[in-house]
Amino acid sequence: MLRRDKSLIPDAVAAMVVDCPNARVPKPSGHAFGMVMADALLEVRNLRIEFPTRKGTLVAVDDISFDIAPGEVLGVVGESGAGKSLTGAAIIGLLEPPGRVAAGEIRLQGKRIDHLPYEEMRRIRGQEIGAIFQDPLTSLNPLFSVGQQLVETIQTHTDMSAAQARGRAIELLGEVGIPAPERRIDQYPHHFSGGMRQRVVIALALCANPKLIIADEPTTALDVSIQAQIIALLKRLCREHGTAVMLVTHDMGVIAETADRVAVMYAGRIAEIGPVRQVVKQAKHPYTEGLMGSIPMMGQETERLVQIEGSMPRLTSIPVGCAFNPRCPKAADRCFRERPEPIPVDDTRVACWLYDKEAAHV
Amino acid sequence: MSEAALDETRPAAGGTPALKVTGLKRYFDVSAPLLNRVLERLPRQILKAVDGIDFEIKPGETFSLVGESGCGKSTVARLIVGLHAPTEGSIEFEGKSIGGLGRSEMAPIRRRLQMIFQDPYASLNPRWRVSDIVAEPLRAFGLETSSDGIQARVGELLTYVGLSPADGEKFPHEFSGGQRQRISIARALASKPDFLVCDEPTSALDVSVQAQILNLMKDLQREFGLTYLFISHNLAVVAHISDRVGVMYLGRLVEVAPAKTLFATPRHPYTRMLLDTIPDLEMSGRERMPVGGEVPNPITPPSGCTFHPRCPYATDRCKTEAPAPLHLPDGATVACHGVEEGRVPDGRVGSL
Repeated sequence: MLRRDKSLIPDAVAAMVVDCPNARVPKPSGHAFGMVMADALLEVRNLRIEFPTRKGTLVAVDDISFDIAPGEVLGVVGESGAGKSLTGAAIIGLLEPPGRVAAGEIRLQGKRIDHLPYEEMRRIRGQEIGAIFQDPLTSLNPLFSVGQQLVETIQTHTDMSAAQARGRAIELLGEVGIPAPERRIDQYPHHFSGGMRQRVVIALALCANPKLIIADEPTTALDVSIQAQIIALLKRLCREHGTAVMLVTHDMGVIAETADRVAVMYAGRIAEIGPVRQVVKQAKHPYTEGLMGSIPMMGQETERLVQIEGSMPRLTSIPVGCAFNPRCPKAADRCFRERPEPIPVDDTRVACWLYDKEAAHV
Repeated sequence: MSEAALDETRPAAGGTPALKVTGLKRYFDVSAPLLNRVLERLPRQILKAVDGIDFEIKPGETFSLVGESGCGKSTVARLIVGLHAPTEGSIEFEGKSIGGLGRSEMAPIRRRLQMIFQDPYASLNPRWRVSDIVAEPLRAFGLETSSDGIQARVGELLTYVGLSPADGEKFPHEFSGGQRQRISIARALASKPDFLVCDEPTSALDVSVQAQILNLMKDLQREFGLTYLFISHNLAVVAHISDRVGVMYLGRLVEVAPAKTLFATPRHPYTRMLLDTIPDLEMSGRERMPVGGEVPNPITPPSGCTFHPRCPYATDRCKTEAPAPLHLPDGATVACHGVEEGRVPDGRVGSL
């Protein structure tokens, strides 16, 4: 009975999905890409996500490439509408139609996963890639006890018997810091507080020991004191299990504390990607610089915050050249004509013409 | 608790404080329906959303209330603008009590006391043009009567908040979140208020937009001499904008202090815990110490000091006796037995 219920997590998400992989997939073009790591767990190459509408095709994510190494935490930051959540959704195959992967490829351990048939993708989801969403209340089914949801997920992905799965579920609940798990396991989601629910969701994501977890704003709906607990928990578990995490958030503070590397997204493109310390402390892209300055910081007496004028362009009117050009204090002629491609600077790659050495003397 | 003012009363520059709240309480009856209570012998349940708080805001000052969800900070905001009637206690606006005033008596005060809400998507009527939204207070208070006068004033207001007078012709859905919040600020300013209650005005916004709104609010305060009651759960934002800060926990004020003092030397263990949850953007490698536990159910709050189940310094006295506010020489006021007895060492949690 339980098995067939599609609204249980993580199959829940399956219910909203329609097969996105039947989108046309062009020939692989990522081989020329310079920084391919042989041992990357996840490789995203030239990913493009489109939404066909009556008024024309909207490009929500445009030609982005990045890797995640095993055990690494990659933070993805950006303002609402930058395309960060869509990138995560594309990786787990949960793009909501009419959104579709229009170009590029996603590889998990060298195997392409962006055009898999529905059933195959369903198996990978949960087993290889786990997911944690923003709102813990909507990611749990209110009609089933926490234990039923955990056991179902465990049995979907492993050969355990019901009793074994229950034991494993209790163990998982204990691991995510829920007191008295043997008692709590038979309670329903409404018995849990927000922070405890998010712990259950994390336990669900960890059920099958996935190699990668996509965490989409996992702390946004929580109180500040609970946020800190959840971040610490996520960090500890990923270290212990060797799980890689793609942490999607708009909160630079969370990234600074958790991530190894960070990708800053703007209007569907990666503006800057590199080790977290370099990006946070020595932001290179004018957008990242502005973003960092606009965050009020403790122990820093500033009368005015740095302010990036204007707002992010709508998908219907992305400017020609660099999408940031109308707001950029350093924009030059070239920025209005040509779109910048990622340029390596130190260990960071920056999509900004300021760093184009060949053009520096033109 | 309500007898002793938690906020140190100092002679303000202008004499009377802009706002004075004394022993303010607001209880909500969350009991089951009468029939169920009788049949199932359920007791009455009272939620003490605000349980006796005192503070004072001087003219031209920004006073912030911080705390986690459910601590009662938004209820305080609603009590002050008159959206809830207080259960007990008094609210004085410029020396005049506004606690239980009727609609007509409240009107002239409401003109001078406006509010900005958290969600700019919900607080603007989607069927009204922006010019009508901004003009509503002008019409309601009869401040401008001619349509030319209204149009001129709306244009002026939109210019103040960084929009153009031509934007008045548009509908709210044509604007982004930040721009909508500018429209609600323009509406709040329309009746030339002296006091703005801002309930989480930036928490629905992206950081870069938040910076724009915070800068705008500071500019407007300087220009019009506004007094702000600023409500937020984001301590970094509060540190940036406030002159004085009150920290709330389960309907009570646990600490009130000038912003600089509060962030340099937090006294109450809860304040320290909150400060410790601010992510470390300086990347100093400081290991944060997440405090265990969650905010208890406010219907059945813990006895004594309500923070004791989460407090590392709690003793038997904390479990039985609610702490009274203690005034410290540097202008801070703390309600904590540990601080009073000197059990709680000074300094940030990070250095515990």
